[in-house]
Amino acid sequence: MGAIFELESLKKAYAGRTVLDLQHLTVERGEILALVGPSGAGKSTLLRLLNFLEPPDSGELRYKGVAAAGVPLELRRQVTAVFQRPALLRDSVESNVAYGLRLRGQRDCRNQVQAVLQRMGLEKLHRAPARTLSGGEAQRVALARAVVLQPEVLLLDEPTANLDPYNIGLIEEVVKEIHAQRGVTVVLVTHNIFQARRLADRVGLLLNGGLIEIGPSAQFFEDPRDPRTRAFVRGEMIY
Amino acid sequence: MDTVIQGIIDGFRMFFSGDPVLWEIILLSGKVSGIALIFSALLGIPFGAFMGLVRFRGRRFVQALIYTGMGLPPVVAGLGVYLLLSRAGILGPLNLPFVPELFTVPAMILAQVIIATPLVAGYTMSAVSEVAPDLRLQVRSLGATPLQVTLAVLREARLGLVVALVGGLGSIISEVGAVMMVGGNIEGQTRVLTTAIMLETRRGNFSLAIGLGMVLLLLSFIINYGVTQLQGKGN
Repeated sequence: MGAIFELESLKKAYAGRTVLDLQHLTVERGEILALVGPSGAGKSTLLRLLNFLEPPDSGELRYKGVAAAGVPLELRRQVTAVFQRPALLRDSVESNVAYGLRLRGQRDCRNQVQAVLQRMGLEKLHRAPARTLSGGEAQRVALARAVVLQPEVLLLDEPTANLDPYNIGLIEEVVKEIHAQRGVTVVLVTHNIFQARRLADRVGLLLNGGLIEIGPSAQFFEDPRDPRTRAFVRGEMIY
Repeated sequence: MDTVIQGIIDGFRMFFSGDPVLWEIILLSGKVSGIALIFSALLGIPFGAFMGLVRFRGRRFVQALIYTGMGLPPVVAGLGVYLLLSRAGILGPLNLPFVPELFTVPAMILAQVIIATPLVAGYTMSAVSEVAPDLRLQVRSLGATPLQVTLAVLREARLGLVVALVGGLGSIISEVGAVMMVGGNIEGQTRVLTTAIMLETRRGNFSLAIGLGMVLLLLSFIINYGVTQLQGKGN
């Protein structure tokens, strides 16, 4: 297996406020890692760093052994994200899903797009303007748009927040499926501990920008080492 | 009232009679404004996109300059070009290649580019700034290069870009001060619809002036209708 991401002494601050301060974290190739924690814990910031959307202020972030600052486009394109709010283009569902493939210079992507739309239950909406979709449909389009790229790493930032059980179920199913079939590495940020439990191989708790505890899912939930983790999995407020 | 009605009748008659002098004026108006709009778009859209996307020191100062340019009185632009190109002016005596002579079509185009570019840039800047930062982040996350991000944002802001083009065109096709100053309203050479309307009104040929005015409105409508087709289906 081996690590696909390695992070050492990683720091990120906005306007003088440290939002991320990680001593050490690795993401293993082919795992589903869930990062849980209350709002403002630094989870989304970490995901943006893993997606090379922002550079760290200090410390090291390596993807496949290459420092994040020097990651070439081909490697950068192996990693993609679905965010909490599906930022869709003012275009049809089909064009939105084909967008990433077109960026990569692929002309004829109809079959791939069709297959993914079908899997997501969106085939009837393929010509619909993206801005007419419901929240759940839009988020499925966002996931389809990421999945069609066959990424090596899929980053999910609260992908099912505010969605109904049907859409949550479908999205989780697809994530599990691509993980099982293609061995995609998934980093899932969520404050929903039930979702972390359903999906993840390993779970980490982030609090105030630091990693409190990380371990295999069963251990994290059944036998947490840190009292703050214990409190969090019991659903108590932690600060 | 009779004059107005007669003017409208004359206008229609003129338009459909295929009067070669009139058609020359119409075509020159279209040509000058069309070419000026193309140059303004080539300069104003990238500049406006840059201003909308990039934060840098002194941005507000540049923004204020653009806003001032958006309100630039055409006669002032005309005066500037006049002083630049006249024989006694700044560039005129140097006889440089690519610098147009006064009272020519290129000189009129130059003046109109100066009028329309800040408008195109300003509207583009505002349209591009309105595109959600979330979308830019998402597009980058899908693997877009900086150029591809810019193109995606421009595509997303396309309704605003249409407004930018319509605004730019409106400011130049209807403009008379600058084209009069640097073009000189020379018959068969630099006479356009607006300068012709002014001339005919001064001569007392009101029906002809009204007819020309109608032609100008119609031309403006046709071009604007063409531009609105750029915004795509469903918008």
